[in-house]
Amino acid sequence: MILETRGIGKSFGSVLALREVSMGVEAGRVTCVLGDNGAGKSTLIKILAGVHQHDTGELLVDGKEVRFAGPRDALDRGIATVYQDLAMIPLMSVWRNFFLGSEPRKGLAFDVARARKVAREELRAMGIDIRDVDQPVGTLSGGERQSVAIARAVYFGARVLILDEPTSALGVKQAGVVLRYIARARDRGLGVVFITHNPHHAYPVGDRFLLLNRGTSLGEYGKADITTEELTALMAGGAELEALAHELERE
Amino acid sequence: MTLAADERVAPVGPARRLLIRPELGAVVGLVVVFAFFAVQSPVFRSPDGIANWLDPAATLGIMAVAVALLMIGGEFDLSAGVLTGTSGLILVTLATRYGFNVWLAMLVGLVVALGVGYANGLIVTRTRLPSFIVTLGTFLMLQGVNLGVTKAITGTVQVSGLRRASGFEGANALLAGTIQIGGTSFRVAILWWILVTAVATWVLMRSRAGNWIFAVGGNEQAARAVGVPAARTKIALFMTTAFAAWLVGSILALRYTSVQANIGIGQEFIYIIAAVIGGCLLTGGYGSAIGAALGAVIFGMADKGIVFLGWDADWFMFFLGAMLLLATLANRLVRRYAEEVKH
Repeated sequence: MILETRGIGKSFGSVLALREVSMGVEAGRVTCVLGDNGAGKSTLIKILAGVHQHDTGELLVDGKEVRFAGPRDALDRGIATVYQDLAMIPLMSVWRNFFLGSEPRKGLAFDVARARKVAREELRAMGIDIRDVDQPVGTLSGGERQSVAIARAVYFGARVLILDEPTSALGVKQAGVVLRYIARARDRGLGVVFITHNPHHAYPVGDRFLLLNRGTSLGEYGKADITTEELTALMAGGAELEALAHELERE
Repeated sequence: MTLAADERVAPVGPARRLLIRPELGAVVGLVVVFAFFAVQSPVFRSPDGIANWLDPAATLGIMAVAVALLMIGGEFDLSAGVLTGTSGLILVTLATRYGFNVWLAMLVGLVVALGVGYANGLIVTRTRLPSFIVTLGTFLMLQGVNLGVTKAITGTVQVSGLRRASGFEGANALLAGTIQIGGTSFRVAILWWILVTAVATWVLMRSRAGNWIFAVGGNEQAARAVGVPAARTKIALFMTTAFAAWLVGSILALRYTSVQANIGIGQEFIYIIAAVIGGCLLTGGYGSAIGAALGAVIFGMADKGIVFLGWDADWFMFFLGAMLLLATLANRLVRRYAEEVKH
């Protein structure tokens, strides 16, 4: 296990956002975190990313208990997070975004020539064909943006890649492209945490599935132990869904 | 995805690449304004005339460039204009009333200016209040201090007599002197302005800090998430503006050897206008230091050109407003055109 939580919890004032959640991330494996809106997915990944600090339970990196001082601390330990909405800065070029926060230096200067070259090469190595690394990120499609962010995390030696709903705003084809990059990152030996509310996106690439509901865990399952249908049913709260089906039938 | 995307992308020629530059609006404006005055006034296009209109462009330009950096970083500084007055007042008051050496008085002025910049930056980054409001507060406070302290010390609203202070000659030569180029004397301030523009451009385009400035202005949260020290970057930008205000305040104080207590009021908007003409977005994340410097040249030309043509100087304000509107519209059109091509 690279990254692990044991009975982790977090509250904001009187609101218990997360209670007793345990999960693990292994190298070369994809852990999917599934849950409906308000299930505590964002709180969990913000703890993993170092944005929030947990109140209860343990957070372990390489088996040792840690407490992140901030996002930079998590990054330095090889835990990179790609957020759905704030992955990139639209007005800046692809290569400037690619190296933002970790610019290569040449003496005192930002080594611009190298940044351009490396960005182009790395994107190609991930199978991402960006026409022009000088174009502003705002002109890329949603899928392309996610892909660039993933390539960036891989290049900067991330061991764990946390993806916050990378497919939720995308069309079917674009989502497929992003799923392919997730698989490619996994094949390069990264541990991936894939947050989604779509079991059909999670199941094909996932190895383990953590289900969250109202801030608490419904359990962590291996791929062999669960089917897509069961995942869907668990997410929606099986009984509730059946009741709903009955209700709708009668009308 | 990528194959389909390739087919849909039109080739981007060098002309279009040029259009994407933020400076374009300022360059076009510069050519038009120069042509307008140069055709009608032979003095305007003579070397002496050029030296004449480059002078206001220089002092305004130093400020506009610093303000442009700050605006690219997503913030405003309304206190920048009055701070030039504060710096000048400190210099002249300490040197003439308290027997300070001019250099030492300048150093005190620098420390105070940087302190104000730091305070502005700290309040903005800590409280997340809009910098427009925070620096409006410092603007008014400084305005009060400038007048109140000057009146209390001198009984009037100006301090003068810097020429007699020790160290004046050297400081004057360095910041407020002139240099001869081909028989025409140019103000040294022009060199400082070129230096400031060059350094600012290098920082923006070729340094890590430059990448951070674009990022905190473009999307502060995203920048912070990838480890950019957003608060430090913004505080440094406010201090840069304060440094520029100190430099300009000292240049003007040494040149005129006296300072009015109300100097600099109203200038803050002219800095912002010059930066906007130079391609800065009011929303941050986009702009150029060279553009802001060119925006300042346009102002210098108009300021002096109107006088050369024998017009009433009041028309300058009309010109200022018209330029701002035109530049903003032109910038928007250009940006849209550039982005359309890219899709």
